[in-house]
Amino acid sequence: MEVFGIWVAAFLTLCIYSFLYRDNPFYRFAEHLFVGISVGYLIVIGIHQGVIPLTWEPLSKAMSALWTEIIGETTPETRQALWGLFKIIPIAIGLLFFARLSPRHTWLIRIPIAILIGFGAGAAIPNMLQANIFKQTHGTIAPFADINAGTLSTWDTFGAVLMVVGVMCTLTYFFFSVEHRGPINWLSKVGIAFLMIGFGAAFGNTVMGRVALMIHRVGFLINEWLGSFGALF
Amino acid sequence: MLEKFMNMDRRIIFMLVALVVIIPTLIPVRLPITVSEPTQKLYDYIEALPSGSTIIMAFDYGPSSLAEPEPMAKAVMQHCFSKGVKVIGMTLYPNTPTLADKLMQRIAAENNAVYGEDYVFLGYRPGALQVILGMGTDISSVFETDYEKTAIAEIPMMENITNYDQIDLLLDLASGSTTETWIIYANTRYGLKIAAGVTAVIIAQMYPYLQSGQLVGMMPGYLGAAEYEKLLNAPGDGTVGLNTASFAHLLIIGLVILGNIAFFIHQRREA
Repeated sequence: MEVFGIWVAAFLTLCIYSFLYRDNPFYRFAEHLFVGISVGYLIVIGIHQGVIPLTWEPLSKAMSALWTEIIGETTPETRQALWGLFKIIPIAIGLLFFARLSPRHTWLIRIPIAILIGFGAGAAIPNMLQANIFKQTHGTIAPFADINAGTLSTWDTFGAVLMVVGVMCTLTYFFFSVEHRGPINWLSKVGIAFLMIGFGAAFGNTVMGRVALMIHRVGFLINEWLGSFGALF
Repeated sequence: MLEKFMNMDRRIIFMLVALVVIIPTLIPVRLPITVSEPTQKLYDYIEALPSGSTIIMAFDYGPSSLAEPEPMAKAVMQHCFSKGVKVIGMTLYPNTPTLADKLMQRIAAENNAVYGEDYVFLGYRPGALQVILGMGTDISSVFETDYEKTAIAEIPMMENITNYDQIDLLLDLASGSTTETWIIYANTRYGLKIAAGVTAVIIAQMYPYLQSGQLVGMMPGYLGAAEYEKLLNAPGDGTVGLNTASFAHLLIIGLVILGNIAFFIHQRREA
């Protein structure tokens, strides 16, 4: 069975790589299969790892606990399980997303969307400000305390100064309240240079990442697929 | 000649790239590896953890990007098990639980680690933000059971673990933006120490967090995996991958230089 899986994976890998020659039915077959399986798999995982443990199980436990309460066989466990009934509230709010399917009740979708946006913004804004503005600003300035204390090497001092120059010039490039003429123009041009270096590094890393993916597949084809020939013949 | 070069069939380049990947895979060559500061910092942090500490490994990558994070996971788990550091596995990606579960089982078996005592895999729960914030309050409120449906309360190594206060490090093995999400919510809000093992595509995005101290360390792509393997003195998939990648990078650098030379000569001739 394992060998069969390796052969299927190898066949699909070769189908995908056949696109490098030209578009062809094998490539399209593998592409469609990948999309279909991915969607099906995501739905099944979503149900088994999300819907069942987070909604179905606590609710069904709570309902059976409610029944034992009604017939008068209360235990501390059933009392605890009754708290699961509160899950009806978020589940009901979540189900309002399906109001979109009915033109008469479509306005109800505003309720879960409003809650999601409110929660998302409330959770994100203070934390993002802290993580991406305050701590980053602190990280840019902090090395100067070490320079002042004389604990930073010449190379690291150069790095710290270069970073501040880069940050200031790049921010100047995105500052449109002042016309980019004279010194501002020069600063923004230096900012563009820093941006280009950043994009170049990102592109180089992207190439590295793509090459890594290819190495992994070639390694699989050579080591596992060709290696499986011995098990077959 | 120049015209021919400028209009070269791109499939020739594909063939060249294929050759420089296939040949080193068939004939392995060991190139020297120098350990960079981000990887060294991560290694030193884990090395300094006392036996019995606990780290979370978030397997936040999909099947299409496992080439780089898997060698990192192997190296770090090997390091943790050798030191008696416990590992909690989880994922924010819905298509990763099976992959991560099998990987953890395989590495644990190689290192004689016992499920429930040395490591545990919690699986996946939907809603990254809710999962990260919820775990900060109570891990068992998000993961009531592990991936095998065992109640968290029944798992021995989870006995004294309630939330991030009992976690010494979170290592995010990522191929997307999840590391930033962990930093923004788990590090900023709960003070959880975060480290990253990222695919090469997102390395550049991570350096600002490393410089500001929001990341305690980082493994950048195949390079990071190979460096960590060198620190452990246990060459593995990362070392093999990096050696092969080096040849491909040389070819690509050569092609970029040649392409630029040809472009400028062509431009001058046209002028």
